[in-house]
Amino acid sequence: MEEFAALIDRLVYTGSRNAKLALIADYLRATPDPDRGWALAALTDGLDFSAVKSSTIRTMMKDRVDPVLWTLSRDFVGDTAECASLLWPEPLGQRDVAPGVAEAVSLLSGMTRGNVQAELPRLMDRLDSSGRYALLKMATGAMRIGVSARLGKVAFAQGFDVSVDEVEEYWHGLAPPFAELFAWAEGGEAPDTENLPLFRPFMLAHPLEDAVVDMDDYAAEWKWDGIRVQLVHAGLGEDAETRVYSRSGDDISATFPEMVAALEIPAVLDGELLVRGSHQGGEANERTQGGAASFNALQQRLGRKTVSKKMLSESPAFVRLYDALMIEGEDLRGLPWTARRDRLEAFLPRLPADRFDISSIIAADSFDNLAEIRESTRDDAIEGLMLKRRDSPYVAGRRTGLWYKWKRDPLLVDCVLMYAQRGSGKRSSFFSDYTFGCWDGDPDKGAELLPVGKAYSGFTDAELKQIDRHVRQNTINRFGPVRETEKILVFEVAFDSVHESKRHKSGLAMRFPRIHRIRWDKPAHEADRIDTLKGLIRD
Amino acid sequence: MDTVSLPFSWIRPDPHGIHVGPADCWIDPSKAVDKALVTHGHADHARGGHGQTVATPETLAIMKLRYQTGEGPAGGDTSPVEYGETIRLPGGVDATYIPAGHVLGSAQILLEHAGEKVIVTGDYKRRADPTCPPFLVTPCDILITEATFGLPVFEHPPIADEMAKLLGALNDNPDRCVLVGAYALGKAQRVIAELRAAGHRDTIYLHGAMEKMCRLYEDFGIDLGALALVADQAKDDMRGSVIICPPSALNDRWSRRLPDPITAMASGWMMVRQRARQRNVELPLVISDHADWNELTRTIEEVNPQETWITHGREEALLRWCQLTQRRARALSMVGYEDEDD
Repeated sequence: MEEFAALIDRLVYTGSRNAKLALIADYLRATPDPDRGWALAALTDGLDFSAVKSSTIRTMMKDRVDPVLWTLSRDFVGDTAECASLLWPEPLGQRDVAPGVAEAVSLLSGMTRGNVQAELPRLMDRLDSSGRYALLKMATGAMRIGVSARLGKVAFAQGFDVSVDEVEEYWHGLAPPFAELFAWAEGGEAPDTENLPLFRPFMLAHPLEDAVVDMDDYAAEWKWDGIRVQLVHAGLGEDAETRVYSRSGDDISATFPEMVAALEIPAVLDGELLVRGSHQGGEANERTQGGAASFNALQQRLGRKTVSKKMLSESPAFVRLYDALMIEGEDLRGLPWTARRDRLEAFLPRLPADRFDISSIIAADSFDNLAEIRESTRDDAIEGLMLKRRDSPYVAGRRTGLWYKWKRDPLLVDCVLMYAQRGSGKRSSFFSDYTFGCWDGDPDKGAELLPVGKAYSGFTDAELKQIDRHVRQNTINRFGPVRETEKILVFEVAFDSVHESKRHKSGLAMRFPRIHRIRWDKPAHEADRIDTLKGLIRD
Repeated sequence: MDTVSLPFSWIRPDPHGIHVGPADCWIDPSKAVDKALVTHGHADHARGGHGQTVATPETLAIMKLRYQTGEGPAGGDTSPVEYGETIRLPGGVDATYIPAGHVLGSAQILLEHAGEKVIVTGDYKRRADPTCPPFLVTPCDILITEATFGLPVFEHPPIADEMAKLLGALNDNPDRCVLVGAYALGKAQRVIAELRAAGHRDTIYLHGAMEKMCRLYEDFGIDLGALALVADQAKDDMRGSVIICPPSALNDRWSRRLPDPITAMASGWMMVRQRARQRNVELPLVISDHADWNELTRTIEEVNPQETWITHGREEALLRWCQLTQRRARALSMVGYEDEDD
């Protein structure tokens, strides 16, 4: 536990992603099984102990520390686990030998609501302050030390020099302490994951930018604005299971039960999860395919653990299929796109038609022709086009030249810089995160700026330095790490779409805002108004 | 009928300082007054513009450097008092300056009037500090104590542990430098002196804002070893070195001229992880010039006053401790005494 606690402390104080990766990788290499596997599970938020909750810690502490002193301390420290680790009364005499991570996990899992108030203190007595902090953070399942599940997997891959895609692929089929995964990474056999509903890393696209491609080599599809999902059905008999994975590999099956029920044949399918509607491309039709609601409509359904019948009937989900990675046990990923597409088309009739369709291929005989088609669909609320190399296998990640996204030109508005916040990592001394607003009326008649979005990209390093200087010279207020600036600098902000949102005072939320141009020349009162932005809503 | 004065009515806490009635003077006032008794040179206790300033010679030298105290028409008069020396104030009040162990020149002030004894601790600590004499426990009737770290979560580790962390980081990263944010008066010089005591002989580089105060410490006989200014150095020459700057410069553009600095901060607040994170500190050094919780409570026990008055800091928790241990206590609400950087 001492080494794990030291790792946690270092991670707390480390801002850089690369330094975090190196710390975790070093720990995983230097630590034996099964401690390192449990540690990896704790870092990737994989542990849950039903008897140990934040309230358990509060109760435990109020038995040992005056309740008033506890409350004052907890309020100041701001974290129950840390406060408890600092206030824990050191036992008299020699401390017992500290438990390893695996032993701590085993003791924590053995605790019940009936005995936790006796057992947890016994474990606390065996640890020093840092150890107690690590223990309580691990026990309550909320590390909050700036390490995502993905970062943990990347660190694992770096530590053992294996491919992170393979780690991702095995991950969902294995449980902590991941002994098979470590054995494989250190040169052993690959884990036996046949018949498990595993996530396979997605194939991703590069922006097309100014490139021109030959339509003999590339197929074009519409780019749908939903969430990219992977549907997996695997296993035999009672063990058969269907899962829906998001792009990050999170299991979102519970949020879309209708999709789980819709796939009953072993397969791994790639597509866009959408809600039925007529926003994107209009009603179902030959020209634009259509038939899908806006991203905003889908957003109502995201992040829910249970789904009401009303939701299911009002916002029914379906998947518009792009690709097939596996069908009935056969791995298709090595085949060219054309062959996979044939297999997918042949497979489609075996799937329920209300839950699946297939992304149409756009008939374009040349790139110019495709550009014309793209131009002619400006008013159809279609996000853009996808271009896929006809002979490309399905490969994880973003590989140059295989898939391109050709997005609709972004929408642009002029906004005024309102607040700036320091960045992190290499930008840590620069004000690099900007909140900007639009006028809620005529600025010459007393209108005010309302924040409409936040961006931290789209500018060069040289521009960053200029904006940073501007922020420092024009600060009018400080709120912790945030500076409020004079409302004088105009940004031309690019974004993909704008929607109504109750989260913001302006009632608007932008999708993918970024700084397009810095308008040093433009007076702030000439920036756009909220009404202009509202006029761009296409919901 | 004669008016019978109530016990201790001659001393009155006010939001702007402690007023000593018969002598018509103030202790550590936060506004300009005719006559001020100053415990030490930190800005929340010492300020310029008083008609007369009574303090130790070290504190007066610090105030002269910072506020031109005793210099020019607006600087007022100064009255130096040595440690252990008692001066007679008007109205039959005696004041004695006693070491507080906080920073160079820091003193507790013992006030005696009509057989009643009151001590104002100012800021203090009980740990050894090579830059100032240690806190002396002195009996009194009323103890007016600070409470900056008045929460039981604060238990400052031995400074040797923190020095080992600092020198370990330096050793492990010969191509980088360790940039230590430290309060310009007291903390910076203590860190340097402790580094010397731990055997570190290399040149230590200073932010420009540190220089004069370090020279002042040297004038009072504190040996700080080889010092040089960052501004005079090439970037590469500072690899493998300790650099000291005020906490405000840690994340400032100023630090871009340094060779890949490891950001450290020497402060009692570094005990709390989120405080360190908020300041982007990679190497938190829990070094405080204030008393921690155990030092505060032990001091109250050892001085054992009839009554304890608690000021600047987390008064509530120390007040609660006094209640729990059956001691008479009250919290004073004074303004402007908060030490965010210590």
